[in-house]
Amino acid sequence: MGVAIVLALVVIGSVVFHFLSPWWWTPIASNWGYIDDTIIITFWITGFVFAAVVLFMAYCLFRFRHREGNRAAYEPENKRLEWWLAIGTGVGVAAMLAPGLVVWHQFVTVPKDATTVEVIGQQWQWAYRLPGADGKLGASDVAHITPENPLGVDPKDPNGQDDVVIQGDNLHLQLGKPVKMLLRAVDVVHDFYVPEFRAKMDMIPGSVTYYWFTPTLAGTFDVLCAELCGTGHTFMRGNVVVEPEGQYQAWLQQQKTFAQLQAPARAQARN
Amino acid sequence: MGVVLVFLAVLAAFAGWWLSRQRLTAKPWLEVGVIGEAPEPSSPTTAKLGLGTFLVVAGSLFALLVSAYAMRMGMPDWRALPMPAVLWFSTGLLMLASLALHMAVIAARCDELGHLRSSLLAAGMCSLAFLTAQMLAWRELAAAGYFAAANPASAFFYLVTAIHGAHMLGGLVALARTSARAFAAPRDIAATAMGELTVGVELCAIYWHFLLLVWLVLFSLLMRWTDDLVAICRGLLS
Amino acid sequence: MVDVTHGAAGPLSAAEVEDVELYHPKSWITTYVFSQDAKIIAIQYSTVALSIGLVALVLSWLMRLQLGFPGVFSFIDPDRYYQFITMHGMIMVIYLLTALFLGGFGNYLIPLMLGARDMVFPYVNMLSFWIYFLAVLVLVAGFFLPGGPTGAGWTLYPPQAILANTPGQQWGIIVMLVSLILFIIGFTMGGLNYVVTVLQGRTRGMTLMRMPLTIWGIFTATVMALLAFPALFVGAVMMLLDRLIGTSFFMPAIVTMGERLAHKGGSPILFQHLFWFFGHPEVYIVALPAFGIVSDLISTHARKNIFGYRMMVWALVAIGALSFVVWAHHMYVSGMHPAFGFFFATTTLIIAIPTAIKVYNWVLTLWRGDIHFTVPMLFALGFIVTFVNGGLTGLFLGNVVVDVPLSDTMFVVAHFHMVMGVAPIMVIFGAIYHWYPKVSGRMLDDTLGKLHFWVTFLGAYLIFFPMHYIGLMGVPRRYHEIGAMAFIPPSVATLNAFISVVALTVGAAQLVFLFNLVWSLRHGREAGGNPWHATTLEWQTPQTPPPHGNWGKSLPVVYRWAYDYSVPGAVQDFLPQNQPPVPRGA
Repeated sequence: MGVAIVLALVVIGSVVFHFLSPWWWTPIASNWGYIDDTIIITFWITGFVFAAVVLFMAYCLFRFRHREGNRAAYEPENKRLEWWLAIGTGVGVAAMLAPGLVVWHQFVTVPKDATTVEVIGQQWQWAYRLPGADGKLGASDVAHITPENPLGVDPKDPNGQDDVVIQGDNLHLQLGKPVKMLLRAVDVVHDFYVPEFRAKMDMIPGSVTYYWFTPTLAGTFDVLCAELCGTGHTFMRGNVVVEPEGQYQAWLQQQKTFAQLQAPARAQARN
Repeated sequence: MGVVLVFLAVLAAFAGWWLSRQRLTAKPWLEVGVIGEAPEPSSPTTAKLGLGTFLVVAGSLFALLVSAYAMRMGMPDWRALPMPAVLWFSTGLLMLASLALHMAVIAARCDELGHLRSSLLAAGMCSLAFLTAQMLAWRELAAAGYFAAANPASAFFYLVTAIHGAHMLGGLVALARTSARAFAAPRDIAATAMGELTVGVELCAIYWHFLLLVWLVLFSLLMRWTDDLVAICRGLLS
Repeated sequence: MVDVTHGAAGPLSAAEVEDVELYHPKSWITTYVFSQDAKIIAIQYSTVALSIGLVALVLSWLMRLQLGFPGVFSFIDPDRYYQFITMHGMIMVIYLLTALFLGGFGNYLIPLMLGARDMVFPYVNMLSFWIYFLAVLVLVAGFFLPGGPTGAGWTLYPPQAILANTPGQQWGIIVMLVSLILFIIGFTMGGLNYVVTVLQGRTRGMTLMRMPLTIWGIFTATVMALLAFPALFVGAVMMLLDRLIGTSFFMPAIVTMGERLAHKGGSPILFQHLFWFFGHPEVYIVALPAFGIVSDLISTHARKNIFGYRMMVWALVAIGALSFVVWAHHMYVSGMHPAFGFFFATTTLIIAIPTAIKVYNWVLTLWRGDIHFTVPMLFALGFIVTFVNGGLTGLFLGNVVVDVPLSDTMFVVAHFHMVMGVAPIMVIFGAIYHWYPKVSGRMLDDTLGKLHFWVTFLGAYLIFFPMHYIGLMGVPRRYHEIGAMAFIPPSVATLNAFISVVALTVGAAQLVFLFNLVWSLRHGREAGGNPWHATTLEWQTPQTPPPHGNWGKSLPVVYRWAYDYSVPGAVQDFLPQNQPPVPRGA
């Protein structure tokens, strides 16, 4: 009897907690509201199943607890019931999977008008590179990494000369414009994660990964590294600032290009 | 990973076939009483089943190695190694060892203790020679500058030959024990003892044939005879 | 019911059952130390597994102290914290759960439940334990070597796992990999035994479909383990070579802290594929024995046959097979080709269907049962609640796009602890309370058992259920402290402190259990041979605890399936498997 009540309380408590707890997702700041919608659908379906199964269990524990003179029924199987339950589960699973796959398809299909931003992860800081006026990112390789060229941009690639390099500073993004984030790591696996944007992806040394999103809310957001990358993993933080076009362009004008950052080194080499 | 999935698919097919013969659709609550004979725990089948299970595990291991090798081969920085000629010798030696064990099985089944002993000895010698040849191949490559960490192809070469060689060493332990029993057996050995010895020889032979098969697959990969096949598979899966 | 007795009606005589010659130990050392008796080996496995599990439990307390009260314990710096989480995870998954379910319960129950005298390869079985023990020693050595154990996370992802900015680069990662290699070798030896004994060692009349689900669960898990562990083996050997001789299996060209390393061309994703090809079946290797055991616990303590036995068997086999094609759901955000996401999300959600069927069948076994609230039953019920909860949150993570924001957050930590930590541990406890009387001849104390259950079950639920929600918020995992994050309110810190306090309380409750285990050996109520009135063969041994050889002079013969509880018309509410049918015409 007591057990049945406790189990019922567990269900009720969990549901109450779900609706009353102050811990819920951060307000979304990107176009990936579909992910949130899929999560809501999943919560409804799984929540219903959890409540149904555990409450039914609690009922059984109450109704069929051992009493003198009672005997259990003898029912080895009930194929019809089992098949209906299996089919019902299949339908529930499909109901969650279908929207999920549709959104995933959108997730991996980058819109043609997306601008490009490269994020470079290294222990334990973020750096960024924008394609600059020519709209193309220069080639890069760890072989080119020097103290003066920490992002490994190929100095011989003309496309790279006008790349905007941001180091030790915040990334700014233009509000409302879709952006494809190209992710690169120079030492270990990292992951560029801004909870409000929902989208994220690992960056693996030796290759370039990507994801895309459209910032829909202006503000300053925390950047976290979401893949264990050594002792300083917790401290690998940054900020992303999303702002309207005017402010964004103003910020962009102030940033240095790769060529400008190389100039003092070249001047020094000449002297 | 395609190689592994093919391996698993083959296993799954076999498992499915075996399961289908186990009456898994029976309704056990409806059947009361004695059903059939129980399997015999101490029969040769048990030992062979044990070895077979182990071969599935080892097969899984080699399938994974081959899979990783094939995947790595496709990358742009892959430079194939010049295979030392001595590998042809080691392949031949392994074939001879398998042949010797096959003859040992026949001798055991025909109760010919003398032939059995010489076949086991020959198998042991050929296998030791095989391992020596492998080490010579290692030395030759290292001398040519292809030590283990030099490039991915050499790393894989040393890895797969080492793992294969380790399995061979383990098999040699079993072969040594079986040979010891064969040499210690009296000329007028009893039928049951001969039967047990035969099982031991059969197990060794199965294991050696397995190692030969694995080596032939590895050899083909290393000699790049299967390059086209691998390229086709990769094309199919991407 | 149909009587399928062949030949004469009535039970078989001993002469008609094929027996096997058994090895007999000759000295104290070969009886209790280097024993080839599966029961002794089982106790050895269980003792070592539970001991190392206690170490991992203490590590979890240290982790929770840091998360709940950051900054208070200055000796827990980031290095230490990462070492704790790595060792905690690896020990719990592999050295405790896998070893205990397969090496501990498998060794004890397989011969007894099948009516065999022992495993079919007893010498190899003995070797398997000692290699496992060696693997544990090598692992623990990491704590005492310079640099301490590895802090690379239990997933050991390269490149960071073997680089200097991760704790344990000097020795810790090496002993970890060597220990895993040893474990796999030892486990293969044991696994051969479990599989071949089930195939060849069953007594007369024990068909596959008359085996209890405990055996089906352990058997399927062992087959999976034999196929999956080689992937970890290959990954471990390759990583060891990368670390020791500078090969580049997994190491691409990298610059770390301004220094260009000699590696190039390796693929970190190859390791992830190898690791998870092992790692996903591994979690089912832990779960399937739990599924099997809990079916038997519910059945026995509700005095009712397990509902849908055939579907339960098929579901176990289906889950085992499907578990090999879902591994990349751990790699949705790894940067692998996006097309894989569609495939693996589909297979992952499909595997939910046979799993759900098993849940329905457990609950339907309770329906119209005769439920006794014994301690094993309580733990079985606790399993169902936590497993359903944890399994359902898996559906969030399995749906590829939903996993994108949730991966590497506390949502994942909460999910896998609930479904793989709490739920199987509930079964382990339930199983120990259930079979302790057979192993020792005495009952564990009931009151202490109930106290242990309630604190553990409610406490574990309170720890991990709220944790999902902070994960949803975006709180990351593997952070040794949250620090200042704009989007995280201070209430999260309060919740973390609360969780830590509950965790320590649940930890303390385990001491009650340990006390009960030891105290009841001498002072527990005498159990007799079959205190739970169960039908399965292990309860029908002529002596309790069963001696070497298990069955005395003659092997049992099986006449019926494992679940003849409350059979209509029978006098008692259970019919043991070796009870012959009433002769025809009598």
